[in-house]
Amino acid sequence: MRTIGEIATFVTSKNAGPFLLTLDIVFPDEATYRAFVARRPLDRATVARLYGLAEADVVDIIEFEPAFAVKVTLRRPWASGAVGETDVYGAQQHVPLAQHAVEWPEGAR
Amino acid sequence: MKPMTVLAPLGMLGYGIPPRSMERGLARDPAVLALDAGSTDPGPYYLGAGVPFVNRRAAKRDLTMILDAARARRIPVLIGSAGGGGGRPHLEWTIDLYREICRERGHRFRTATIDAEVDRAWLRAQVAAGRVRPLDHDRPLTAADVDDATRIVAQMGVEPFLAALDAGAEVIIAGRACDAAVIAALPIRAGYDPGLALHMGKILECGGAAAYPRHGSDGLLGVIEDDAFTVEPPNPDKVCTVASVAAHSLYERANPYELHLPHGHIDLKATRFEAAGDRAVRVSGTRFVPSATPTLKLEGVRRVGFRTLAIAGVREPRLIANLDAYLANVRSRVAETYPDGYRLLFHVYGRDGVMGRLEPGAAPPPHEIGLVIEVIADDAETSAAVLALARSVALHVTYPGRQAIAGNLAFPFSPSDLRAGEAYEFTIHHLVAVDDPGALFRVEMLEA
Repeated sequence: MRTIGEIATFVTSKNAGPFLLTLDIVFPDEATYRAFVARRPLDRATVARLYGLAEADVVDIIEFEPAFAVKVTLRRPWASGAVGETDVYGAQQHVPLAQHAVEWPEGAR
Repeated sequence: MKPMTVLAPLGMLGYGIPPRSMERGLARDPAVLALDAGSTDPGPYYLGAGVPFVNRRAAKRDLTMILDAARARRIPVLIGSAGGGGGRPHLEWTIDLYREICRERGHRFRTATIDAEVDRAWLRAQVAAGRVRPLDHDRPLTAADVDDATRIVAQMGVEPFLAALDAGAEVIIAGRACDAAVIAALPIRAGYDPGLALHMGKILECGGAAAYPRHGSDGLLGVIEDDAFTVEPPNPDKVCTVASVAAHSLYERANPYELHLPHGHIDLKATRFEAAGDRAVRVSGTRFVPSATPTLKLEGVRRVGFRTLAIAGVREPRLIANLDAYLANVRSRVAETYPDGYRLLFHVYGRDGVMGRLEPGAAPPPHEIGLVIEVIADDAETSAAVLALARSVALHVTYPGRQAIAGNLAFPFSPSDLRAGEAYEFTIHHLVAVDDPGALFRVEMLEA
């Protein structure tokens, strides 16, 4: 097992407009990217569980090969900056995804 | 066609243009200086209150450099989402700054302004006609939302910029605009492929953000040709790599394969990113797909009240262990005096202050916590009164096992209570179908 944060070059989060939160996992090279997506370790149910959301609030999980990246987009629990907000820019919501451990071959990068 | 060079001097007016990058960028003989000056990222306050989120002095420095360069080289300047929110007061703030600089530097330009605020009566009619739909959420727009909104803007595409250029504008100061459109407008007018021009615009709109190392505000050069464009940082210490440019397609967007504008979208499914030398990246294959039904993106906010807050720390382990009971006690004590008419919130840093409802939790109790006590009420005096009571109750109220009776909180500041002004929330984030994507935006030539 390896955490996504250990496998990826970086994992980040940011608003995509005031109503969505988008998480980017960017891998160091094509081989790592392909090894990751081939295992399909992220589905809506997994992401929903990591963030305590309903599956319907996981809007999309998109593979973007030009950047060797996987993008996860969540519906925000409320619009950015609404009363009760904790992170207006959505810039610090990536850690549960980065700390999520997935099956990964021993000895691989 | 002969290649056209566009310089985005920086990603946000007021974040600071590095002079050396500007110099080197200008040495490449750009046909236009184009930049984005706005965002919804800083939250709903700035659109509602009608104020910029950048510092005026910093914006003046950047705009002075841009206007000096534009005058010296006789090239146009396009500014989108002026003043941050891109509403009327933001536009006026930018025009005021612009006039001040022109006066001080003796510059004269043919200048166009483009208003992006939305007429409420028109929007109510669109709601009634069923031409409005939610974007990224499920809440349909109502006439009441339109009436309650403090300010509503629509994002313009390239059309109003083309109209302003046709009218002879050398400087265009526009309200809320699609960032890519600001930068793509001149290349599109010159006849370059709109898919490539808009994709280039999307990469340049954040300035040097698509180059590595990604620190500090900086500019970016784009050179568009018939079948491709190339991006390159003017800063010699930075490089664009396939990874840095491709990764930028992910930034702040839900779908990296598509970017929507009023008159269609760009499709990146066949896009190729290739290294062009050591510091530049060549991009080709991006297609523009026109839309049969143009749509404008609407953004609007509503004032929800006035915010007062206090910041304090807790070090006492018994209090940290009994925190929930303690906060519930504060809440009920406050309610004895002020039963309703406000919202009282506790932000608990060290526990879930950063992630709130999304926090998976299950961390051991921290040795200290930061507590932000927040009150929202309809008027500023009620907000301040409730916060003052909540702060004093929180300081002195008891909790199970309490021994440190002198006070529960460590306040870093005197005064402890901070008036944070008006609080807003986004209530409008919708698409409206239109026949003419340019019709809503008023282009006016500015009197000198």
